Amino acid sequence: MPTVHDWISDPLGVVEGLFAQSNTCPDWEKKVVEYFKEKLKPNDAHTWVPSLNDVPLHYLKPNSLVKFRCMVQDMFDPEFFMGVYETNDPTLDSKVKCGKYKDITEGGQVDFNSRNTVTSERQTFYCVPIPGESQWNSYAGTSQARVVPSTSYVPNRHKRSYEEDDEMDTQPQQMKGIKNDLQSHGNIEPKRQETEAPSHDSSPSHCTSSLDLNFPLPGEKGPACLVKVYEDWDGFKLNDMLEVFGILSVDPALSVIADEREASSLLHPTEGMETVEEQRVHSPPASLVPRLHMLYAQPLVHNNPLLPSRSFYLNFYYIFTLHFKAELLTYLTHVLLGDSLAAEYLILHLISNVYSRRDVLPLGKFTLNLSGCPHSSPYTEHLYKVIQQLVPSSYRLCMSLHNMNNQRMVPRKDYTANRLVSGTLQLANNTSLFLDETQLEQGQLDATGVRNITALGNLITWQKVDYDFNYHQMEFSCNINVLITSEGRSLLPSDCQVHLRPTLNPPNLEEYLSAVQVAQVPSQLNKYRIYLSVARALNYTISDEITKAVEEDFVEMRKDDPQSMSAEDLHRLLVVARLLSLSNGQNTLSRDGWMKAKQLEALRMSRTQQQKCVNGNEP
Amino acid sequence: MSSPSSQSRKRDPPTPASEDPLSPPSQRSRAHDTSTELQPMPTSPAMDVSLFSILQSEIDASSPLMYGTPSSRVEGTPRSGIRGTPARQRADLGSVRKAPQVDMHSEPVSENAVAGSEQGAGQRLVIWGTDVNVGTCKEKFQRFLQQFTDPNSREEENAGLDLNEPLYMQKLDEISVVGEPVLNVNCSHIQTFDADLYRQLICYPQEVIPTFDMAVNELFFDRFPDSVLEHQIQVRPYSALKTRNMRALNPEDIDQLITISGMVIRTSQLIPEMQEAFFRCQVCAFNTRVEVDRGRIAEPAVCRNCNTTHSMALVHNRSAFSDKQMIKLQESPEDMPAGQTPHTTVVYAHNDLVDKVQPGDRINITGTTLIFYLSCLLFSSGIYRAAPMRLNPRQSQVKSVYKTHIDAIHFRKTDEKRLHGLDEDGEQKLFTKERVAVLKELAAKPDVYDRLSSALAPSIYEHEDIKKGILLQLFGGTRKDFTQTGRGNFRAEVNILLCGDPGTSKSQLLQYVYNLVPRGQYTSGKGSSAVGLTAYVMKDPETRQLVLQTGALVLSDNGICCIDEFDKMSDSTRSVLHEVMEQQTLSIAKAGIICQLNARTSVLAAANPVESQWNPKKTTIENIQLPHTLLSRFDLIFLMLDPQDEAYDRRLAHHLVSLYYQSEEQLEEEHLDMAMLKDYIAFARTSVHPRLSEEASQALIEAYVDMRKIGSGRGMVSAYPRQLESLIRLAEAHAKVRFSNKVESIDVEEAKRLHREALKQSATDPRTGFVDISILTTGMSATARKRKEEVAQALKKLIQSKGKTPAMKYQQLFDDLRGQSEAAITKDMFDEALRALADEDYLTVTGKTVRLL
Repeated sequence: MPTVHDWISDPLGVVEGLFAQSNTCPDWEKKVVEYFKEKLKPNDAHTWVPSLNDVPLHYLKPNSLVKFRCMVQDMFDPEFFMGVYETNDPTLDSKVKCGKYKDITEGGQVDFNSRNTVTSERQTFYCVPIPGESQWNSYAGTSQARVVPSTSYVPNRHKRSYEEDDEMDTQPQQMKGIKNDLQSHGNIEPKRQETEAPSHDSSPSHCTSSLDLNFPLPGEKGPACLVKVYEDWDGFKLNDMLEVFGILSVDPALSVIADEREASSLLHPTEGMETVEEQRVHSPPASLVPRLHMLYAQPLVHNNPLLPSRSFYLNFYYIFTLHFKAELLTYLTHVLLGDSLAAEYLILHLISNVYSRRDVLPLGKFTLNLSGCPHSSPYTEHLYKVIQQLVPSSYRLCMSLHNMNNQRMVPRKDYTANRLVSGTLQLANNTSLFLDETQLEQGQLDATGVRNITALGNLITWQKVDYDFNYHQMEFSCNINVLITSEGRSLLPSDCQVHLRPTLNPPNLEEYLSAVQVAQVPSQLNKYRIYLSVARALNYTISDEITKAVEEDFVEMRKDDPQSMSAEDLHRLLVVARLLSLSNGQNTLSRDGWMKAKQLEALRMSRTQQQKCVNGNEP
Repeated sequence: MSSPSSQSRKRDPPTPASEDPLSPPSQRSRAHDTSTELQPMPTSPAMDVSLFSILQSEIDASSPLMYGTPSSRVEGTPRSGIRGTPARQRADLGSVRKAPQVDMHSEPVSENAVAGSEQGAGQRLVIWGTDVNVGTCKEKFQRFLQQFTDPNSREEENAGLDLNEPLYMQKLDEISVVGEPVLNVNCSHIQTFDADLYRQLICYPQEVIPTFDMAVNELFFDRFPDSVLEHQIQVRPYSALKTRNMRALNPEDIDQLITISGMVIRTSQLIPEMQEAFFRCQVCAFNTRVEVDRGRIAEPAVCRNCNTTHSMALVHNRSAFSDKQMIKLQESPEDMPAGQTPHTTVVYAHNDLVDKVQPGDRINITGTTLIFYLSCLLFSSGIYRAAPMRLNPRQSQVKSVYKTHIDAIHFRKTDEKRLHGLDEDGEQKLFTKERVAVLKELAAKPDVYDRLSSALAPSIYEHEDIKKGILLQLFGGTRKDFTQTGRGNFRAEVNILLCGDPGTSKSQLLQYVYNLVPRGQYTSGKGSSAVGLTAYVMKDPETRQLVLQTGALVLSDNGICCIDEFDKMSDSTRSVLHEVMEQQTLSIAKAGIICQLNARTSVLAAANPVESQWNPKKTTIENIQLPHTLLSRFDLIFLMLDPQDEAYDRRLAHHLVSLYYQSEEQLEEEHLDMAMLKDYIAFARTSVHPRLSEEASQALIEAYVDMRKIGSGRGMVSAYPRQLESLIRLAEAHAKVRFSNKVESIDVEEAKRLHREALKQSATDPRTGFVDISILTTGMSATARKRKEEVAQALKKLIQSKGKTPAMKYQQLFDDLRGQSEAAITKDMFDEALRALADEDYLTVTGKTVRLL
């Protein structure tokens, strides 16, 4: 159990300390960042830092170091602030203070005319928890996480906070105990508790109704955060997944209530320009949207808590994962009612990843259309549950008419409030999007519906979403795995269609499926999760020799029947070969792998052909 | 100033005093005003600019010796030569700035007093904190006005002026005639005239612009002593070369003259801002005026006349107000790095700049960035009075964030000229000298054409000619204006149609082009309606005014409109394209709005064959079922077919595999990157305007005659003037690729070759194997027409041979004709022949009987 470190509980003290030496060393700002980076370097160091994702805000000490796993949802305008200022507190002699990593000045009146004032610039990001994070991801117990072999990494990110003991577990009923405990602790100033309590007790649903926290997916919960970035903000992009280490600022003074503002705006006409909506969005109450002053952030390659976040280690992992595939295949075959081909393709889909882009063409995407799913039966729902169990973040979009016509999928810029209103398609990289077309019924799509369908089509074909900026559109590329379940062929484009052919016909589908799921012990599931994340992140190469062979093969196939093999087919075959090799733990294409991919494709094609014959009227 | 390294960022917010309600004027320390800062006072104008700005801002906030120009004060000092013309307060310059001077109860300072404070420091007199000497500056500017000429001016505003005469003197003449007291001055003119003056203008706009005002007014009233203006002339500098991307604004730009471009996203209501309050004593009716200081009025507590306390009352309608408007400006989409959201800035427009712009306009704005305190004080709003009394430590806390805005001095809409004339200079992208050198170096390479075409959409395999065609389309021809001879504009844009089998990456090519060009639009024929393409009239929900909303074609003016699934478009939608594709305009007559919009857009369209597979036995028209009137407007029509040959397959396979497995760097080496291509095209489009050389025009004439000849042997027309125009455009575009201002014969050769290639693909008559342009121009090949006539004649003969039978059975006649003819005759052909004869008034067809007339 790590002890409470000063640099966690009082990071501002550290900053002050370094600032005090600013006379002797001018690059103290860099030093601060270096210092915290250094402190976080030991393997388990960042696990000592309490996480905003797991610990309710009111258990966290203000102005302490916290971490936050999040996605950049919006980027506000840069702001100028007092980097250094001087106070003319009569009790002290004029004192120079550092305004960095703080929202509010302190210590007496600020001398605005001081020559020591330094104006600096910082950027604000509006961050939300990664949308669609699976239950197991956010709340997985520590015991499960320890399965991970041969690494010193102990993923106890789930700890409530550093004040807690290890035995504190996920059970919510224990929380009350902690709360009481904390209150007696006296660690938190009583005043803050008072101001915080009502807003918490009135449940999150109430909060969101009064203040839209702008989560991309409906029904999401969790803290949204205004992250203040001091360095290299150009390096961050919208929808990036980050783990931010920063100083928590929840000063109630920041919570400006709208009507109070309106009164004051009469006095300051220059401020009256900001609309109430804008005020609300840009300075929401700190109790709901805390401020986080970023010291250090690392972009996340994946958000699987079972793996170390640094991609560097991932390649060591694949050795362990080899035998996981067979087990996962069996499991998925059961889930897919005995269809092993579909299960194989599902695995390929789950490990697909846009690894590069050639001008407009995304490479490596593998959208799977699983046709032959029974209409309006709970089957797709169960299937989604299974996938949700396997991937770190996912979302099921029921393509019912109502949803298509009413849901806002494409993010839109709201100029009144000056923010990007999120939509369902604002997702972080590597999210699994499960489109359930079996829910679609006959009826009319209105203008929104058509737009939504177009957006989905664009997402699948180009892996990009055109955000609506009212006067123009802006393209944001994404990397989302789309799985479409449908009865017949989907109306949306897809890279590959597999028709489900069940060999089992359990009398009670639901019972059967839940039985299959229950049979998987958590440790087994964890294996699958690790396997999928690792396989997706592996590097992949192809040798010149194989390139030649593939070319020969293509020419050969074209010779026999040019219709059977188009350029598009080759595209797909190359992706399948890549994914198949990766799924087998090979990071280079072998002749054998190529043949296997061809066989797999042939098998799938023949099934599609047959399906066409059966249906006859299928296009 | 503690450490030298932080100097560049270290700035005193220049106007804290004005917005700081915490420290009333009396509290503000004035101790460190004078002595200490005098030493670094610049005496030489060559000193570092950033240093000046620091000094300036540090000093002026606390200096009592603010420089006030007559024109920036309502109660200005009377001055020689400008009798009676009221000075108008320049809210755009000094709304915040002048606060300290009022606050310090400084007497209206004369020029000498300002400069005089510096006497000890050196022989030159400068405004405090700057290196601006009012006298010199004024003199320089007057000289500039009197002498500057710009013989090469291409600006629209200067149209009608004699370019060899001093430009601005003519503008002054104009002012005296029109009476609009605003003089717009192009900063780049000042820069070419006097670099030092320009630097001063950029660094100290708030001091220099009033000086300019003064200079202009003196000059003007010297020249036109009798003219009457509404107020004194104000100088509005624009396009300061320091054009900034909004993203690049940083604390160093505060208080400098900048020009940024962006898009207006929101404008506020008009805000009347009180400039001067009028008070009247309730007791003795004594009047007094109080200037507004930092948005607050110091209400006189005592009447100066009768000494009654608290007797003064504000009289609203005798107070002076000025107009103000808040404008939100957003970065233009072109300036933004990928994956980030656009930034916004607040701009204040004053007086007559109010309501000059509307949301959605793209503008270049020149102004000064100002910073003011976020006066968000916590808990209590009445802090101003409360703070000194209650020493609650909480209340002295301030949110340590500043707010910034830009005071607009000049707006320039970048898209306003879309409705008339060309806007090339508005679009001119600024290239650095190095970049231009790199581009020119590339252009000098002999294989630049091939290089560029292979850099175009490298992920799409082969189709070299199609890529070359698209490349030429991207460059476009030269604009020619024949309005004076009544012909109007000649189309300079090249239109291209791609047809072919589905899955031959047509859409991908379109997507690529759409991503490449700055003004690209991408629509799909299936989803777009005629209004979506052209323009529609909408009622604005707020103002209830009718507003014209432009569609894809108008939006891609000067760009490329990519239309996918061209064949799926409804006929009515397609019909709007007729006008656009030849006249390059769009006429709209809707809901009382009648107008003609420019739509000088190139169309890149893709169409699928009707039978989903291309039928090589049919003509292009039959395959894609598009009206020939539209097809003839495409300069190049390409077929994208699956060639089905082994060597091709091999290359294709190699290309695809390497696409998937080559690393990023390897590919970079092989091709020019997209940014380079973009720059190359942008540069060529704006700065290269090739004209036909004598030799080239001969070559073109020959080419055209040759094309006509091919057909004439077989009794058909194989080329129309439209084809000649296409050839000219293509040749010009090819010259642009070479950065050559002259079209030479190699350009014509390539144009001919490409044109021939395209024709070979699209206009070959499947029956004869000859290239037949009439397939595209009339929708039917010459042989087909001939054949039709033959059938009609045969039918006529048949009927005549039957003797005088007034009526015949339809079916029987058909069978007879079939029996008689050697070639197979379809029912369609028979019907056509009947129609042809009916047109000749030879017979009529009623139901199933044919009657002779």
